[in-house]
Order: sequence, then structure tokens, then C-alpha cells
Amino acid sequence: MGKLIRFLPLILVIALGVVLYRGLSLNPQDMPSALVGQTMPNFSLQTLNDSEKLVTKTDLLGDIVLVNVWATWCPTCKYEHPYLVDIAKDAQVKLYGLNYKDDREAAQQWLKHYEDPYVFSIFDEEGTLGLNLGVYGAPETFVIDHHGTIRKRFAGAIDTRVWRREFEPLIAQLIEEKKQEK
Amino acid sequence: MKLISILILALTLIIGINPASASPVETFEFRDEVTKIRFQALSKELRCPKCQNQNLADSNSPIAQDLRKELYELLQQGKADSEIVNFMVSRYGEFVLYRPRVSPLTYVLWFGPAVLILLGIIVVIVVVRRKPVEKKNLVLSAEQQDKLKDLLNNK
Repeated sequence: MGKLIRFLPLILVIALGVVLYRGLSLNPQDMPSALVGQTMPNFSLQTLNDSEKLVTKTDLLGDIVLVNVWATWCPTCKYEHPYLVDIAKDAQVKLYGLNYKDDREAAQQWLKHYEDPYVFSIFDEEGTLGLNLGVYGAPETFVIDHHGTIRKRFAGAIDTRVWRREFEPLIAQLIEEKKQEK
Repeated sequence: MKLISILILALTLIIGINPASASPVETFEFRDEVTKIRFQALSKELRCPKCQNQNLADSNSPIAQDLRKELYELLQQGKADSEIVNFMVSRYGEFVLYRPRVSPLTYVLWFGPAVLILLGIIVVIVVVRRKPVEKKNLVLSAEQQDKLKDLLNNK
């Protein structure tokens, strides 16, 4: 017992070292969203391509939905764009854009120039929906299930690796959930 | 002497200019002094979600600007501080609070230091009050006594 106490400080220091060392490899930007498990907030906004047309939450529901927050002022969005075009070909999910605090004309140009992967893009000039979603930058991508519940928020660019690791398992799970409910 | 005065002048210039150029440029009109003070207090208490070691008052990032605007709007609407904090937390998570709320998740954070101090005090008390180790064999045996005398006498 006496000997053990003598080694206690060493053991504590090693334990602390292990904890701190693990902390080195964590991403501090990787924060759990407060909205996971909540329903998608209500909104009523124009689409990017048609200022006459208002879309609301109900336009998104029913499928497994990805909402991708993007803007022309965001260089990382350009990086992930080709991957989004790829993802859009997947019939199991529907990809919607949330054009966040952007210039309408620039954004339309962007989609013409780079190919439009979205079913449609919501035009959120003031960032109101963004605020309600807890968006703090772009790109961010939300996964919303067929009930309209937010299942995931991912901040950062999507590429093949990220897609496989972060999204594919969840989407497979959602498809399974949807099947079982039928 | 001249050098020193120049240095002092340079220092006052640096100190005088820096805060002004570093603070975000926005002007809000408050309806009264209390609201203004509440705004300042809240924007110091709330953390910018993007630039993680700055509060809303400090940060120049677009999201901090937005949140300051939102904070202003909420104050103008007459929302209570707790309502505003809840509004932010429900969107950006507990993370936005520089002073996390007391919950099972933050017990360690809130009570950990006190527990550690208490532990330290207990350890100190135990160590101090522990009976000193019995001093055995302090008395020299006859043989040793002889040797000692020998040594002393030889000198």
C-alpha cells in the first residue's frame, strides 16, 4: 500500500499525459450541433433562381435530405462542389442548397458555370435560416431524415473520404429506418 | 533622456491606437443606458462559434457580426437575458457560453477545483498529524560508545 502511494503521482501524470495527448488529435472545430435530434426549423424564403417562388420546410420533407450551406464567397465551397455534383446523382438522397448570405446574381452565375447539383437552392440573403440552423460559416451540410428531424451537422468540405466516413453509414441507417416503417 | 521620452511617446501612441483599430466598427443606438450595458455584458459572455477564443464583442468574423446584430434585435424586442442566452444555446449549443451552466456534464468543471483543494487540505492535515516515525536505535550500544571514545581520544 505504501509503495503504491509512492507511485501515485507518476500514475496520475501518465494518465494526464494520455488524456492530453489524445486531445492533440481532436478537431476543436468539430462541435456537436445543438440541433441534432431537433426538427428542422420553419422558414419561408425565395429560391435562388426564382424570386417569385417561396419555399418552406414542407418542400424539403418526405425524403432523406441533405441541405448544403454554400456561398460564392466561400473558397472551400468551390473545392467540394464536384463532390456535390457526384452526390446529387445518388437517387437515395435529395440534395438542397442553402445559399447563405450571398449575392443572387453571383450565385446564379456560379451554378451555371459549375453545374447545379441542387434540387433547388434556398436563397438566404440575410442568414435568417442559417441563424436558426446554427450555421456559422460555409460549407456546412445537414442531414435531415424523412420526418424532418436533423440527424447530423457537418462543418467543412465534403470529399470522397469525408462522405464515406461521415455520411454513408448514417444514410444507410436512415434508409433502413425508412424501410422498417413502411 | 531624449530617447526615453521618444520611447514613452511611441508607447502611448501604440497603446492609444491599438484598441481603437482592433475593435469592430458598428454603431448601435440603444433606447437606454441599461440596455447598452446589458448588450456589452452579453457580448462579452457569449462566445463566437467560429473563432473559438474570442467573445462576440471581440471578434470581427461575419458570424460574430451577425450574432451581435441578433443580440441587439433581441434586446430591442425586450427579451430577458436568460431568454437571449437560451436562444443562442438552442442554436449554437452550450459552447457559446463562456460560463457554462451547471449541469451533470459540467459538475467536474464547476466543482472539480473545490474538490481538489479539499483533497489537498486533507492530505496536508494527514501528513502533518501523522506521528513521527519512532526513533529507534538512537542510543549507542556499549561497543559503539567505546569506538566513539576511541576516535575522539585519538584526535
